[in-house]
Amino acid sequence: MEAEVRTSPTICGMGHRMKRKEDARFLFGKGRYVDDIKLPGMLYMDIVRSPFAHARIKSINAERALAMDGVVAVITGKDLEKYNLHWMPTLMGDTQMVLPTDRVMYQAQEVAAVIATDRYIAADAVEAIEVEYEPLEPVIDPFRALEPDAPVLRTDKGKTDNHIWHWEVGDREATERAFQEADVVVKQQIYIPRIHVASIETCGCIADYNPVEGKLTVYMTTQAPHVVRTALALVAGHVSLSEEKIRVISPDIGGGFGGKVPIYPGYVIAIAASVLLGRPVKWIEDRSENLQADSFARDYHITAELAATKDGKITALRIKTLADHGYTDAAANPSKFPAGLFSICTGSYDIKHAFVEVDAVYTNKPPGGVAYRCSFRVTEAVHAIERMVDVLAQKLDMDPAELRFKNFIQPDQFPYKSALGWEYDSGNYPAALRKAMDLIGYEELRREQAERRARGELMGIGISSFTEIVGAGPSRHFDILGIKMFDSCELRIHPTGKAIARFGTKSQGQGHETTYAQIIAEELGIPAAHVQVEEGDTDTAPYGLGTYASRSTPTAGAAAAMAARKVREKARKIAAYLLEVSEEDLEWEPGVFRVKGAPDKSVTIQEIAFAAYTNHPPGMEAGLEAVHYYDPPNLTFPFGSYICVVDIDKGTGQVKIRRFVAVDDCGHVINPMIVEGQIHGGLTMGFAPAMMEELVYDEEGNILTGSFMDYLLPTAVETPRWETARTVTPSPHHPLGAKGVGESATVGAPAAIVNAVVDALSPYGVTHIDIPITPYKVWKILHEKGVV
Amino acid sequence: MIPPPFTYAAPTSLEEALALLQQHGPMAKILAGGHSLLPMMKLRLLEPEVLIDLRRVPGLADIREENGYLHLGAMVREVELEEHPLIRAKYPLLYETTRWIADPQVRNMGTVGGNLAHGDPGNDHPATMMAYDAQLVVVGPRGERVIPAREFFLDFYTTALEPDEILTAIRIPTPPPRSGGAYEKLERKVGDYATAAVAVQLSLAEDGTLSYVGIGLTNVAHVPLFAARSCAHLQGQRPTPERIDEAAQMASEDCNPRSDLRGSAEYKRAMVRELTRRAFRRALERAQGGQ
Ligand SMILES: Cc1cc2nc3c(=O)[nH]c(=O)nc-3n(C[C@H](O)[C@H](O)[C@H](O)COP(=O)(O)OP(=O)(O)OC[C@H]3O[C@@H](n4cnc5c(N)ncnc54)[C@H](O)[C@@H]3O)c2cc1C
Repeated sequence: MEAEVRTSPTICGMGHRMKRKEDARFLFGKGRYVDDIKLPGMLYMDIVRSPFAHARIKSINAERALAMDGVVAVITGKDLEKYNLHWMPTLMGDTQMVLPTDRVMYQAQEVAAVIATDRYIAADAVEAIEVEYEPLEPVIDPFRALEPDAPVLRTDKGKTDNHIWHWEVGDREATERAFQEADVVVKQQIYIPRIHVASIETCGCIADYNPVEGKLTVYMTTQAPHVVRTALALVAGHVSLSEEKIRVISPDIGGGFGGKVPIYPGYVIAIAASVLLGRPVKWIEDRSENLQADSFARDYHITAELAATKDGKITALRIKTLADHGYTDAAANPSKFPAGLFSICTGSYDIKHAFVEVDAVYTNKPPGGVAYRCSFRVTEAVHAIERMVDVLAQKLDMDPAELRFKNFIQPDQFPYKSALGWEYDSGNYPAALRKAMDLIGYEELRREQAERRARGELMGIGISSFTEIVGAGPSRHFDILGIKMFDSCELRIHPTGKAIARFGTKSQGQGHETTYAQIIAEELGIPAAHVQVEEGDTDTAPYGLGTYASRSTPTAGAAAAMAARKVREKARKIAAYLLEVSEEDLEWEPGVFRVKGAPDKSVTIQEIAFAAYTNHPPGMEAGLEAVHYYDPPNLTFPFGSYICVVDIDKGTGQVKIRRFVAVDDCGHVINPMIVEGQIHGGLTMGFAPAMMEELVYDEEGNILTGSFMDYLLPTAVETPRWETARTVTPSPHHPLGAKGVGESATVGAPAAIVNAVVDALSPYGVTHIDIPITPYKVWKILHEKGVV
Repeated sequence: MIPPPFTYAAPTSLEEALALLQQHGPMAKILAGGHSLLPMMKLRLLEPEVLIDLRRVPGLADIREENGYLHLGAMVREVELEEHPLIRAKYPLLYETTRWIADPQVRNMGTVGGNLAHGDPGNDHPATMMAYDAQLVVVGPRGERVIPAREFFLDFYTTALEPDEILTAIRIPTPPPRSGGAYEKLERKVGDYATAAVAVQLSLAEDGTLSYVGIGLTNVAHVPLFAARSCAHLQGQRPTPERIDEAAQMASEDCNPRSDLRGSAEYKRAMVRELTRRAFRRALERAQGGQ
């Protein structure tokens, strides 16, 4: 179903499959990423990293490196300590080393930095730095971390154990009672492993401090340039970097997925080096550094329970989770939500009682966890509930689709208040699931499965009917470092009727230059082709919180509509003046004001724009522009139903995804092609951790998956063919009725895949498999169950 | 990901290349496609001071049949094997093996000689050359010698090549009529080294017994393996399902895999058994189909 289209192809407002404006420069190889930028006199930084997960640094000897031709400086924690820059705050209010002064806390942690005139010399100098370590007992297993005799990692914070925080939500007693009264209870341990965003572009920056002007410009791979600017001003104010002298530029970004929200030590060291040396310093990580040291995602050890009546009505949900955060809590959640929006875990179901608790611990692993294309911990939540519904269906010997229909929040229950406190804006869950079932031929597939089972073949069908929660957020709940999570648009119409619009968000591949232009085209009738969209330069863009958690359309997209409406109101006044009628006598159609009853008396938006600078009404300010800071009244709740069909090769344990149907609902669609692209990419990023991706550590804390030879990403060959479709249930509170969509598929897909594999193996009593589902894991199960 | 400094030489004759090798001794390395060597240099696992590129040495990239052999120059690139009609028609085992190697980018650069000379038990060509009973032609200061593939792989990354020798060609016996071959590889994704892989080459006599059987195993020991006991068990016999199963079982017993992220040793042994059966079955179909 295509969205309703109200504008002509020339205007190209909402609903048009406009080709992405940004693609020409990417396809011609003319994108401008941080590493494409070269400044005169630029120096290069490379980093010495720890081979140990936990060790005391006994000495660092840089003599040989400093003696090398072209080496300008070597920076250690002791150097930064002189300026009190050796520690920095994390977004979650914890602390993180920039460079260590005495201890390293994970393998690949930054130990020292080399600044040289040439990238190659910097790499050679890294090899020439001698660091003496005294290895300490590492804490790798988060359960071990909580044992009383485990080494305490954060003695610097005066801690006496490794527990970071406890967080809970819901009614513990009422939930307990519901469990006691239940006919049926199911319980399942679910591990959602540590993974990495692995964006194509790694992280990096160029710090360019101008000692004459005292001005710092940082070109940086960041999803949130304004937040970085403010954070730098707060952290480095004492070395006289003040906010008006800091400019953060986020040029083209090659994928973020949450991994480019944190402020990594490398950025800070490069900035310190540039300030100290008065020259631009470039730092670009290589792939292994990116995988080994930058923030991870997930790593939740979940114990989930459902209570239900014997005919399948779910009465309560209870979840207990241990969150492994590595050596510091460097998650990137809104400040008041240490476990993100994990409490969306009641999902698409009308569950009266729920209680959720999460405990976070320190271990000797890299810090995190970032919201990897999952809003904030929503993938964890969706995986838990969608798995549990299947576990319950299996226990009740009920079809998982039937169980879902029985428990869905019904369309007439919206706005729906969940047991854990969220107010869902809109949804029609039965319609999405029914559509997915019709598209895939669900009943026929069940018949085929029965026949295959009779022949001893392994075929499975899995459903995931997820609900997302995106678009942070209402500022009364959501902030980062105290800064409210609104977002902004500044819109200017030029005399010739063309426009420039600037935003506080930052596209990393989402297509903002096109989507935002279409929103403004929809509201003003100015062709989207004539709307220039800019983001990512803190000197020019209005303040905003950046792009992650599918928040850009819900916040900045709404701001674009509201700014355009302000412009339209002024345009109406000018039109009335030009047509010599009163404002009430005017009718608007995209791009034109007409006099009611005299449709040939009209004036176009372009004529109005020209008049705004040449012939504006007396007493009115000249010009045609508006700024809007949009603070959403609520989050948006996109949803969908996915169905996956798998066949399993018994001999090898290989799982083949035969079909995958994805029905998504993100309300009104701005550009259907971009939305489909987001869903295709998102499904692939859901498939990857379901089948391949995992950051694996040995007992000593050595990473075993530190390159793409071992950290497996799917290629086009492994990726299934996605079949997508949609339903449209507009958001009642968003100015365009739109919801976020960038993450839905990543959040919803893994459960559908796991449910299909478990379904295939259920005749042998299998109720759960942790992701990633490797051929080895499947074979092992078949072997243990005596099937092979 | 940045190697230490090195110098680069591009000799234009085999003599010149050999002289350079002698001159620089163990500090020099031959450069073929570079797709095993350069990654190791970038990780600083290997730090040669001189690279001797063979690309300009003439006569190392031929593909031709002569004297009962398929002659492959050491510098033949994988993509050339893939695209050569002769290979596709008469050497299905070699064709399939090549298609399983890495991805198109790697196959555009990597050479068959480099794949063998590297001595990596995870590489796919060694098992196949063992299954074919191929011979490797090697040239050094003491002249030319021919080493059977089955005797070439001595240890992890160690082959029978002396440091001053160059591998110039591979000779694969041209299969008689009623022959067939197949390569079965289990990998986690494109570009991955095998969890386990099996190469089977066989010929049938007029009476339907097996007149030739070669089975090679990839990545299930510190070296590529020739499954000698399995071959002997089948040689001269009728390829009944029971016999094939027994031979597959022997192969799984005779390999020596290590547990790693791809799976446990037990899993890999089971895969050797399964893949041997599958490869044998397909090779047999080809032989019976008259190839
Ligand atoms: C991402 C990736 C995935 C891969 N996956 C696979 C796979 O699945 N299967 C597989 O089989 N391979 C795989 N490879 C390895 C690839 O096939 C290499 O090309 C091959 O192993 C080496 O061949 P080369 O021509 O690139 O040799 P080089 O890398 O140039 O050389 C390798 C070694 O052999 C020596 N050498 C090369 N030629 C000669 C010669 N003529 N005489 C003497 N010594 C010589 C060199 O000195 C060096 O020590 C992969 C490589 C990459 C990068």
